[in-house]
Amino acid sequence: MTVTEPIVRPGPDAPPPAPRPPEETRVALRRVAPDDIGVALGAAVAGASFAWVLYGRILPVSGWQGYLITAYASFLLLYAIATRMRLDRVAASDRVAGAVISTGAALMVGTVATVIGYVFVKGFGRMLHADFFTATQRHFSALSADGVAVGAAHAVVGTFEQMGIAIVLSVPLGVIAAIYMNEVGGRFAGVVRVVVEAMTAIPSVVAGLFVYAFFVISLGQGFCGLAAGLALSVEMMPVVTRATEVVLRLVPNGLREASLALGAGEFRTLWNVVLPTARSGLVTAVILGCARVVGETAPVLLVAGGSAGMNWNPFSGVQNSLPYFIWVNYKSPSDELNSLAWGAGVALLLIVLVLFTLARLIGGRAPGESGRRKRRRATAVAKSLTPEPTS
Amino acid sequence: MAHPPVFAPESPEFIDSPRRIVVRRTRADHAFRWTTRGVAILVLGLLVAIGGYLLYQGSSALDRAGWGFLTEDVWEPKSGTFGVRGLLTGTILVAIVALVVAVPIALTAALYITEFAPRRLRGLLTSTVDLMAAVPSIIYGIFGFFVLQPQLIPVSRWLAVNLDFLPIFEIRTIDVKARFVDSQFSSSLFISGVVVSTMVIPICCSVSREVFGQAPPGEKEGALALGATRWGVIRAVVLPFGRGGMIGGIMLGLGRALGETIAVAMIISFNTDFSFRILDGQGSTISSLIVLKYGEADTESISALMAAGLALFVLTLAVNTVAGVLVARSRSGKSTEI
Repeated sequence: MTVTEPIVRPGPDAPPPAPRPPEETRVALRRVAPDDIGVALGAAVAGASFAWVLYGRILPVSGWQGYLITAYASFLLLYAIATRMRLDRVAASDRVAGAVISTGAALMVGTVATVIGYVFVKGFGRMLHADFFTATQRHFSALSADGVAVGAAHAVVGTFEQMGIAIVLSVPLGVIAAIYMNEVGGRFAGVVRVVVEAMTAIPSVVAGLFVYAFFVISLGQGFCGLAAGLALSVEMMPVVTRATEVVLRLVPNGLREASLALGAGEFRTLWNVVLPTARSGLVTAVILGCARVVGETAPVLLVAGGSAGMNWNPFSGVQNSLPYFIWVNYKSPSDELNSLAWGAGVALLLIVLVLFTLARLIGGRAPGESGRRKRRRATAVAKSLTPEPTS
Repeated sequence: MAHPPVFAPESPEFIDSPRRIVVRRTRADHAFRWTTRGVAILVLGLLVAIGGYLLYQGSSALDRAGWGFLTEDVWEPKSGTFGVRGLLTGTILVAIVALVVAVPIALTAALYITEFAPRRLRGLLTSTVDLMAAVPSIIYGIFGFFVLQPQLIPVSRWLAVNLDFLPIFEIRTIDVKARFVDSQFSSSLFISGVVVSTMVIPICCSVSREVFGQAPPGEKEGALALGATRWGVIRAVVLPFGRGGMIGGIMLGLGRALGETIAVAMIISFNTDFSFRILDGQGSTISSLIVLKYGEADTESISALMAAGLALFVLTLAVNTVAGVLVARSRSGKSTEI
């Protein structure tokens, strides 16, 4: 039923029609209004100038740190006053809180960028120098003549070998333990979970101390790369287990039930359904575990020592590694070793960055989502299976 | 041929009872179960063995030291007098300084990511936080030693001159009003704490970001519909809902700060004095004790170090357990349906 209003012709005396309400616009919560930006910029300039006046004359501060703090405080004050003059109290406190919160994010990004940028500027050139990856410290001491080849090849080799040992030891154990906790379950699984949680709390230096006292001293194995690998895997195993468990929990239960309903056994279900579904997440878990331990210094410092020359054999003799190399050389009186330490820092950061990017590329997908190549193949198969439409 | 009554719900003698479920596992399934169970037992055994070994080795040292372990400042295991009073205080002070610097930055950054950042920036910032967590601590250490330390010395000096009425900023060893004392402000607990804060920020930030992101959207929209500003939404919905997780994240950061080793060992000048004065260049941490003293390879020294490591482990374990409980509680059963 519709109600039709009688059409009334506005006579000369009729009241004017009610004004239509203005078009409603969608509120963009995450956008900053241009006039806010203008006021903020003005307040920033005013704050900087105001602090410049305050700074040398009145306040008991000196150095750029003091200036920055004064300038930021005066910026906030002026911004609050200027916004309060334009808007009500509630809106003004919103703008000021927004400014403070954005500053926090900027500080965090600034810290990361400064750390990574500074290390790269100091060490990148040295790392690109050919000797870095080919020579060792064997023929070099602080008083060597110029032109003696010196590099960190021994440290690079040691880092990769120790990482490899840690991966071989901790990844299978960690992943299978996570499978047990999530797929088999039971009361005992809860005990394992609690203990794994507890072991993530173990400080890396304590893990290193354990391997040092037990493996290096008590068993009399001496310093070696294997001991470093053991210490790193003590660190890495709980990380891998926890991350794997999270990934396995993300696999939808419906998939498992469908597989079981079709008559597959538990192992078949795990092997053909759960693990393929969680593959990208599993790879990410392992890679992030590696990134976590590759820069651990304290354990390798305690148990692997550091050789000056190349030691390919991780099972006997001291073995250098990139973190240890930095630890020994960053305060070295020799400029050459000093700059090599920065180069080693860049190499370490590069390894972390590569691992991190890999993890992002692989782990960017939800469980079960396939990559571009797999999708293309699936489309091709589907096309070949569909009969050609006959006209 | 008479069929038994298969389905007769109307009949009075029909009793509905659940079917018995019988699982018949294949041989492969049994093997799978026993293999995974065996590996889990192995992992559990390894982890318990580590804890047990620490406890066993440490307890013999604790027996020798007695209560002196908690009240003694010197570290001379060979003569039987050693204790962690000064080191424990130093560890906690470094962690507190780190939290004071890190928590405001981490929480505001987490709020920015969840509430303010445009969609595209959000992913980028999240990656940045994860990357910050992945940077090795030795990198933060050399950065702290060469870059932060020289910049923080004037700050230390300013604190010492202007805030010396607070006991923690007091200086006893040097005359701060004199010129040419800047270098004596280096290697302090304060500077170590600031360097450690760079490692606390990402942990604290990523946990609180996750928790803030789970604030119920219905209530956020309700607050907006009632005329709240973004800050109003944060204060009325996001922070109250995320409080438990936020505190949990801060405590996880505290656990990391307590166990941090190499960055502190690079900055600090090692001594075991007991002092609350963070600018005074006194005091050190348990983890740097282990790194700097492990070379004394006689049995007593090692077991004394084990006891110190055990004390550190117990401390971080307690902090992490409380944090884990807080974070888990904030995640479960708090979503609202609208």
